[in-house]
Amino acid sequence: MLILSIASVSFVFLIGVGLYLRAAPLFNEHSLFSLFSGSEWAPSKNRFGFYPFIMGTLWVTLIAIVVALPLCLLTAIYLTEYAKPGVRKVMLPLMNILAGIPPVIYGVWGIFFVVPIVREYVAPRFTEYSSGYTVLTGGVVLAVMIFPILVSIVSEVLRTIPKELKDASLSLGATRWETIKKVVIKRALPGIVAATVLAVSRAFGETIAVLMVCGNVPVAPSTAFDGGYPLPALIANNFGEMMSIPLYDSALMFAALLLFVIIFLFNLFSRIILNRIEHKYSS
Amino acid sequence: MGIRRRKTEETLFKVLMIASCVIVGSSLFLIVGTIVVKGVPYLTWDMVTKAPQGGFYIGKEGGVLNAIIGSLYIAGGATVLGLLVSIPISMYLNIYLKGGSLLSKSAKLAYDVLFGIPSIVYGAFAFSIMIWLGVRASLLGGVIAVTLLIIPIMVRTLDEVIATVPRELKHAALSLGATRWETARVILRQIKPGIYTAVLLSFGRGVGDVASVLFTAGFSDNIPLYVDEPAATLPLAIFFQLSSPIPEVQGRAYASALILTLIILIIVIVSHFLATKHKH
Repeated sequence: MLILSIASVSFVFLIGVGLYLRAAPLFNEHSLFSLFSGSEWAPSKNRFGFYPFIMGTLWVTLIAIVVALPLCLLTAIYLTEYAKPGVRKVMLPLMNILAGIPPVIYGVWGIFFVVPIVREYVAPRFTEYSSGYTVLTGGVVLAVMIFPILVSIVSEVLRTIPKELKDASLSLGATRWETIKKVVIKRALPGIVAATVLAVSRAFGETIAVLMVCGNVPVAPSTAFDGGYPLPALIANNFGEMMSIPLYDSALMFAALLLFVIIFLFNLFSRIILNRIEHKYSS
Repeated sequence: MGIRRRKTEETLFKVLMIASCVIVGSSLFLIVGTIVVKGVPYLTWDMVTKAPQGGFYIGKEGGVLNAIIGSLYIAGGATVLGLLVSIPISMYLNIYLKGGSLLSKSAKLAYDVLFGIPSIVYGAFAFSIMIWLGVRASLLGGVIAVTLLIIPIMVRTLDEVIATVPRELKHAALSLGATRWETARVILRQIKPGIYTAVLLSFGRGVGDVASVLFTAGFSDNIPLYVDEPAATLPLAIFFQLSSPIPEVQGRAYASALILTLIILIIVIVSHFLATKHKH
């Protein structure tokens, strides 16, 4: 059992090392800088520019957070500060079910619900033509996917705010909302940041749902109504054919390594903050 | 600021909050609703009882039984393997080690982090292991990838459940002269419902995940009989059928999506009831 436990800790590093070793051949021929800044993706000509994919990932993630964060913050505040226990008892299980829905189902929903709305109603107001398969669509689908994690973690963080603090503010004549704005949110800020970072890293790595609605155009998007090609989609779409072209599999493993490193750091950061909050609360 | 303005602000934000709550809460119904509306017209008995027949992908006879069975096999195998690894780990971390020890703290942190690693990374990593071991895309490969994916889920769930067991129980067992192994067995009996929850959660995740099985399990129209045969999975079947230009095949994708959603809903709802029953 000791061995199993130690193995599990080292497993995190094993993944990193394993992916690095498989990606290493790529570094012999290309500098890290050229990989990040190159915008041409032509594996058969030995050109591996990751810039469009990195920008694709950033666009969908940013849109997802911009859409989801205000909605989830307000929902979590409502659930912890205003709502009757009955509402909470319904909403939190709903969030659990939402979290359990498989990514491919989100993708199907995106195709039939979000894509037409973007194509028919949203995009025509801003641009001439859009297929509906855009980074905006991907962002909206991702936003719904991160609802559960944001709502449940932010609710938990808000619940750790001492009641005395709120009572003090209320008794000084502040309204409920003023108390929330000036006391609760201020106090919960580190936890909210941690939850957001966690949600960002979830959005970062989501593959299939995004792949299904983003259009997969290997060009860096310049507006929200352009198609995009996030990193995870790049890996998923090309894994089959990579074996025949030299360095192709190294390039895809590099993409996986990139995702791993970023998500590892984000998760580490937010979990340490959240653990500290929980620890303070329980002691 | 005047009292009226403060009141207005209060009301404004309350309305905003209720609106957000409705949007967030209704998103689930929107998703399930879309899948049901799209899927029901195409759902036939053949879909769940037959594997693809000749010409299935141009709209002829057959169903997705191969994918349903493949998914259940992979998720089932991974869940069993995952349990075999996770129960000893969570027992060790909580009963053998002191709560504040460095190993226990760092292991728990490691599992929190592993929990956040996306399934595509697990898929890519499992694929590298498979190349190294000389395993080709097969049922076995899929089981390996999904096991890696669900171990963190299991360990974290078990960890949470063990935390709800009164500390006195552990102390009582130890003070009666039980060895730590015997104590672990007492605790294990105590958390049985929690184990079911962990199993259901992991199983649900295993059935629904695509990115981890994409390159590790392969795809096949046959129901797999041995672990070294490639196996179809339900999410992947949806994905493939959806990209077909033929309306009948697309319709089957909707029906398959409905089947997958129903399986997941049953799993999540059962585990929810188990979890609430356990709390009382």
